[in-house]
Amino acid sequence: MGIGDKPKYDIAAILIYTVLVIIGLLSIYSAAPVLEYTSITDINQVYGKQFMFIGVCALLIIIILSIEVKFYEQFAGLIYVVSMISLAGLYVLGKEVNGAVSWYPLGPFTLQPSEFAKFATALAVAKFLNQLNVSLKNVRDFMIVSAIIAIPALLIIPQPDPGSALIYSAFFFALHREGLSLWYLSLGIIALALFLAALVIDLWWIIIIIVVVVGIIYLLSRKRKHNKRLPKPRIYLYVIATFICIIYTLSTSYIFNNVLKDRHRNRIDIVLGRVQDDAGIGYNINQSMIAIGNGGWQGKSLEEATQTRGGYVPEQHTDFVFSAIGEVSGLLGTSITILLFMFLIYRIIIMAERQRNQFARIYGYGVAGIFFLHFFVNIGMVIGLLPTVGIPLPFMSYGGSGLMGFTILLFIFIKLDAHRMSYDH
Amino acid sequence: MKKLLLFSIVTLVGLTFIGRMIYLQVIISDELKLEAENNSVKTVYDYPERGFIFDRNGKLMVANQVAYDVMVIPKETGDFDISKLAGLLKIDEARLKKKIKTARTWSTKQASVIVPQLTQEEYAPLQEHLRKFPGFYIQRRSLRKYQVDHSASVLGYIREVNQGKIDRDDYYVQGDLAGKSGIELQYEEELRGVKGYKKFTRDHYGRAREPYKQGSHDLAPVAGKDLTVTLDKELQKYAEMLMKNKRGGIVAIEPKTGEILSLVTAPNYDPSLLMGRNRSKNINAILRDTVRLPDVNRVLQGQYAPGSPFKVINALIGLQEGIVTPQERFRCNHGYDYGGRKKMACHSHASPLAMSKGIAESCNAYFAQVYRRIIEKGATSSQGMDTWHDHVTSFGLGNYLGYDLPVGQPGRIPDGEYYTSRYKYKWYAPTTISNAIGQGEVAVTPIQLANMTAAIANRGYFYTPHIIKKINGTPIDNPKYTKKNFTTIEARHFEPVIEGMNEVYNSGTAKYVKIPGIEICGKTGTVENFAKVNGVRKQQTDHSVFIAFAPKEDPKIAIAVFIENGYWGSRYAAKIASLLIEKHIKGEITRTDLEDYLMSHSLEYEYAKKLGTQPYKINVAIDQGLITDEKEQKLHRLIDSLNLKILN
Repeated sequence: MGIGDKPKYDIAAILIYTVLVIIGLLSIYSAAPVLEYTSITDINQVYGKQFMFIGVCALLIIIILSIEVKFYEQFAGLIYVVSMISLAGLYVLGKEVNGAVSWYPLGPFTLQPSEFAKFATALAVAKFLNQLNVSLKNVRDFMIVSAIIAIPALLIIPQPDPGSALIYSAFFFALHREGLSLWYLSLGIIALALFLAALVIDLWWIIIIIVVVVGIIYLLSRKRKHNKRLPKPRIYLYVIATFICIIYTLSTSYIFNNVLKDRHRNRIDIVLGRVQDDAGIGYNINQSMIAIGNGGWQGKSLEEATQTRGGYVPEQHTDFVFSAIGEVSGLLGTSITILLFMFLIYRIIIMAERQRNQFARIYGYGVAGIFFLHFFVNIGMVIGLLPTVGIPLPFMSYGGSGLMGFTILLFIFIKLDAHRMSYDH
Repeated sequence: MKKLLLFSIVTLVGLTFIGRMIYLQVIISDELKLEAENNSVKTVYDYPERGFIFDRNGKLMVANQVAYDVMVIPKETGDFDISKLAGLLKIDEARLKKKIKTARTWSTKQASVIVPQLTQEEYAPLQEHLRKFPGFYIQRRSLRKYQVDHSASVLGYIREVNQGKIDRDDYYVQGDLAGKSGIELQYEEELRGVKGYKKFTRDHYGRAREPYKQGSHDLAPVAGKDLTVTLDKELQKYAEMLMKNKRGGIVAIEPKTGEILSLVTAPNYDPSLLMGRNRSKNINAILRDTVRLPDVNRVLQGQYAPGSPFKVINALIGLQEGIVTPQERFRCNHGYDYGGRKKMACHSHASPLAMSKGIAESCNAYFAQVYRRIIEKGATSSQGMDTWHDHVTSFGLGNYLGYDLPVGQPGRIPDGEYYTSRYKYKWYAPTTISNAIGQGEVAVTPIQLANMTAAIANRGYFYTPHIIKKINGTPIDNPKYTKKNFTTIEARHFEPVIEGMNEVYNSGTAKYVKIPGIEICGKTGTVENFAKVNGVRKQQTDHSVFIAFAPKEDPKIAIAVFIENGYWGSRYAAKIASLLIEKHIKGEITRTDLEDYLMSHSLEYEYAKKLGTQPYKINVAIDQGLITDEKEQKLHRLIDSLNLKILN
């Protein structure tokens, strides 16, 4: 035991976590689909259950913080393998709820292994990259990291739960921090832009635009021939890029129109404004926005929060919990919630940057990325900026697996951070 | 850079979200709050009872009865057994499906009527079972109960409001009833009262949860006001009976007040036809009857040439302008040669005639010469015509009268400008000579004619005719109906003309329809008219017209009767007018011979001529209208063969 052996838990992060969990519980309470309120600890109601889950999480936190810090790095591989097996096992033992096989039956409760796969994957990625001889610039290593991230996503997609699988793209931020070129993000953005453009604009126009843009880039790059130190532009690369873009656009638009199910297609169509359907699939988002707007500046008392109490927003205590915050606590509550999430993510980034050890830093970035993506996709959906993607809002949405998964994710990092002075490799 | 990427993206996304929250919760918050309220507040309407309508003697004409509408809110029905519901409502399953689909198209959240206007008996068994069908409920309504089987066109009817009305007037919601014509339309706001409502919060299943804001937004209904109208129920009933088998109209006005005692258009129908389950069938039959036009109020909307009654106006103008004296005699040589291609014809009577006899004998030549002097008194024909026009319009002719019924026509009284723009070359009095005898360019509605008669009875003024007498028992004080409108003719000029009109009954054209014991002043009219038959403009049998007021010295009633194709004035119109005057003044009928004639004769055979393809004669000297079985059968065969939609 030397200097810094006494763990220093990050009070700011724990405080933000606590506040978010409490706001979440209150929002679940206001959005509970009950006609008559009972005690908040009533185990038969969603708020009582969430109350219980919070208790379980408190227990989990104590356990996580008391485990020897080296455990997480040493057992990262094992945790990852167990987690992947649990995901694969769903196809054998899983229970179908709402058309998706994402849960294990566990007595009166259900367990959603995909919520726990996030921290397992984060640990695995951190552990792999932490190895001295591993570098992202090495193609083989890059492929291995990609596989570690892709395996859980590929296991989750066919459940089907494409929303949860989407979260694994959050690891880009961790990889970028470790030196992955921004080009990968740009590629992702270009891919997404082409995909969306193909839905809105005629295909022929997109092909023309691609050709023109690539042509301009080529002409601009030709100036390099005056600079002898740089290699001459190779025209065949441009031609190949153009073809890849065109083929990609054609194939995604084919997949969208012929392979995707209607319910997925509709979600995208509604956000793009291609269809107006306030009664059908657009109903959720429309009612959610009405609830938020009804809150106004300061929110409404439970009696006046007619959208929330009337049950107009489907899934309001789970994925759409943010709309309950909007109606009950108004702009005040929603902006505080948004700011709290921003501060939490900032805090995690700051914490990650102060790590002396790469494992903790990569894990920290993984955590920050995952929280960010949930925050972005969930709230973006609830306030009508993004398509409906069914993923929860961390710490706030109702659900034991989710709450536990996020708590474990965060507190492992808090544990790592607490020991940053003494913990090295 | 790589340390800042996630940092900046989080900042960007966070700020975007806060911006979006400001947009949703501040900028468009009010719109969204309104939508939230629409979602969550269920409004249950409480309809007050519609006001009753009483006649001038306080006798009830229109009351109310309770009816029940089956309503649906499509969003709240969920899955249900449609054939079971169809059986319960006793309607065809396919029809029910169609109705629900229509309701859904209109609005999924708001209530639509599925089966309207059930009676108490039909409703009772439904009440229990309909609870099993969420989204369906029964709305209690107050419907009209008619205490009379006549006067449909003046009373008007109420009907479910259409989308146009809902868009124009915030008060109405789908399924509300509102006046559609007649008094019901004119006094809709008084009669309907103000509907109350209770607001409840509800969840997304449509279940009412609790009073919205403790009922602070609720509104208690305000009962409709009872109307007392100026009509005389008995007179109205009698008039409508006399009009059977005829087309035309009657207006009787009390000259001292301008109150409309009777307003009858024929053909008419029983107002109760527009109530109950067959009402839409009946309404369609009425609206689509393009032959008899029962939907047209001929008294208010029919513009006819006034014919000879118009001569008295020319006599009055002549006296006022000083171009004729009551004593001056005019020659009549079986007509008057004004220089046209042929002379204006006149029937056989003594000649020459002074004013009194001129009116009594309705001499065309007399009035042609008086009219010519009126026009020629002006420096130009146009100026003379303008003077004449101003006098005539002061009797309420040539423009909307301003009475309180929703339909009307202005009629037409030409002025100098009218002819100047019409004729390329210079025109003179003889060009317009037909105006002298109420033919030609002049056109009036029967109510204008009755009002003109009232002005004569009053010796120079009239009150704007009106149908409203009291609202909730309080007599109206609208200055529009209590202010005298003076004509441009001085009171002293009326006496000789009224003498002439009295002479019509004593020795003139109406001497055979005298009522013993009542001094009536009248004027017959026989109006030439044309109609398009099979695309050809063809002269038809003349209209029979009559105006009268009585008693001569203290007029209690002024009346105008217009019978389409009734031939000369005293054949139909004068008989009806005399009987109604007797009925109004004496309360009983002594000239039952006139009544018998009217009841035993039908003009339907005359009207049927136009429908057939056979050539036919007009103005047949002997009335062919006596009702016989053989003629009735022939008429029915004709109507059946033409496949006409006629309301019977």
